[in-house]
Amino acid sequence: MNKLKSYAASKRGRDTLLCFGIVIIAYIIVQAAIAGGGISSQIKGLLVPICAYVVMAISLNLTVGILGELSLGHAGFMSVGAFAGIVTTTCLADAIPLAPLRLAVAMVVAGLFAAIAGVIVGVPVLRLKGDYLAIVTLAFGEIIKNIVNVMYLGLDDAGLHFSLVNQNFQLGDGGKMIINGPIGVSGVTKLSTFTSGVVLILVTLFFVLNFVNSRTGRAVMAVRDNKIAADSIGISTSHYKLLAFVVSAAFAGMAGTLYAMNFSTVTAAKFDFNTSILVLVFVVLGGLGNIWGSIIAATLLTLLPELLRGLSNYRMLIYAILLIAMMLFNNSSFKVRLLEKRAMRQMEKAEKAGGKKEGA
Amino acid sequence: MSFLNHLISGISLGSIYAIIALGYTMVYGIAKMLNFAHGDVIMVGGYMCFCATTYLGWPAWMGVVLAVIVCTALGVVIERLAYKPLRMAPSLAVLITAIGVSYFLQNAALLIWSSNPKTFTSVVTGEALSLFGGQMQISKVTLVAIAACLVIMVALMLFTGKSKVGTAMRAVSEDKGAAQLMGINVNTTISITFAIGSGLAAIAGVLLCSAYPTLMPTTGSLPGIKAFTAAVFGGIGSIPGAFIGGILLGIIEIFAKAYISTQLSDAIVFAVLIVVLLVKPDGLLGKHVSEKV
Repeated sequence: MNKLKSYAASKRGRDTLLCFGIVIIAYIIVQAAIAGGGISSQIKGLLVPICAYVVMAISLNLTVGILGELSLGHAGFMSVGAFAGIVTTTCLADAIPLAPLRLAVAMVVAGLFAAIAGVIVGVPVLRLKGDYLAIVTLAFGEIIKNIVNVMYLGLDDAGLHFSLVNQNFQLGDGGKMIINGPIGVSGVTKLSTFTSGVVLILVTLFFVLNFVNSRTGRAVMAVRDNKIAADSIGISTSHYKLLAFVVSAAFAGMAGTLYAMNFSTVTAAKFDFNTSILVLVFVVLGGLGNIWGSIIAATLLTLLPELLRGLSNYRMLIYAILLIAMMLFNNSSFKVRLLEKRAMRQMEKAEKAGGKKEGA
Repeated sequence: MSFLNHLISGISLGSIYAIIALGYTMVYGIAKMLNFAHGDVIMVGGYMCFCATTYLGWPAWMGVVLAVIVCTALGVVIERLAYKPLRMAPSLAVLITAIGVSYFLQNAALLIWSSNPKTFTSVVTGEALSLFGGQMQISKVTLVAIAACLVIMVALMLFTGKSKVGTAMRAVSEDKGAAQLMGINVNTTISITFAIGSGLAAIAGVLLCSAYPTLMPTTGSLPGIKAFTAAVFGGIGSIPGAFIGGILLGIIEIFAKAYISTQLSDAIVFAVLIVVLLVKPDGLLGKHVSEKV
């Protein structure tokens, strides 16, 4: 018990417990609300996307917050994962009849594919710096979107058939098109459930938090804070940068599978620049490097347009205004003063506590 | 002959990209921020000109003037309200605010003009120029776009190189604090930069809609991203760089569409960008800033 107390008192322990606590409590509340019928069908439809966006935000936070490199193409990895996941579940439909297991296998495969994409993108991208790096991730995101958009993939008894730009293969009897160019995928078996989404969030949290608090994670943060200093004490900066980037891509891929398996039709155009930006907004509003902040920001901002539905046409306008207002508030002198006041109070408290100890 | 035709349409599209990229590069060079709302200012410019010519029946040149005035004012207002309070904030915060402004402009346009595409009547009328016995047609819009782009680039270079305000801009871009100590009003200088950038966006918007006459609230976003790419391509912050980047990007895009694949043209454009940045990490004409310990 004492061990737990001291763990919870440390900053690292507090953040970890907070992350898991938020997710588990939210899960219980939502399940209770569903059982009690207190949730509208629109919100119910958003549950899986929220989980997917939370995982996306956590994974992007690894790149932007922990590694400190701006990525504007994270939706590309989500896209790779989404389509890899769909293909896997379709191929394994007979081999693994158990739906949750099939989804889990699909997520692992999707994570692997997204990780491969992460290596392909990361090796050239991470040589660049700052805004140039950002624009190249944007470029890769658009390239992935365009390539998936002209991809044709079909399955029949002879195996998988694949072509780019034009469908130049014929499927045998009983064959089935999986990815159909710009039309995308239709007739997806919806495997994703809210529970599977929450499980994915918990798995992601477990990996990411352990990664951040490990020797590797500290090396990554050292590279972020000062590349030259990290270099000089023998940290292989390019290796750690790539590692963090690839881990981040892999989780984005898993989130992609979760997201895609929630809709009956999926097109490549869904995972565009706007999606990347949306996730970046979650990360920045939640606080760079702050994992539980990402979770809350992703949840609230995905719900916000739905909660503003009563305002019909004005809702996206108000969303934009709220976004600007939040950014302005976050960086205003008003907030700085509030924080200073809090710090002062804490210092006074600490002084008092210290005084008592001395007195005793 | 088709090669020459493609080249001409590439240069035409490229000059529009170049005008947008010039605006991007000015703002980036001086305020050191990626103004993602720039693409949406283009859209506002297009709509202003559309309203003036179609609803009010004004002549085309007055439509262009109105678009430039409204966008210039809009640029200054956006800068004052949304970006100025963040002068000291980390660049990511400014980036997200710019995205917020971009959402705002798009959705405001959606409310005002609805999502139905409007058909823009070209501001440039007249017969297309016919060369080689009619084998090659160059439309007036193309000529105007190329001319406008050249004039704007030269004017901007003279302005930043020779004029007093231009010198102030370069000083602010180099070192804000030192510029302030030299008696330069940093806020005014940045406002002027935004005014110029947004005015250019209005011109680009009118030309873009004249060449590709459908107007929607999202019209500006893709050209905006591509022009930003063009600015990076040429070395962001550099005026001739933005020009060359824009023209090259336009030519590559049209050639990729004509000779390789229509659907993959964007992918090819971005692939070329990546290759260029890998070979020259600061863009074609960018200045290399060495890292200090």
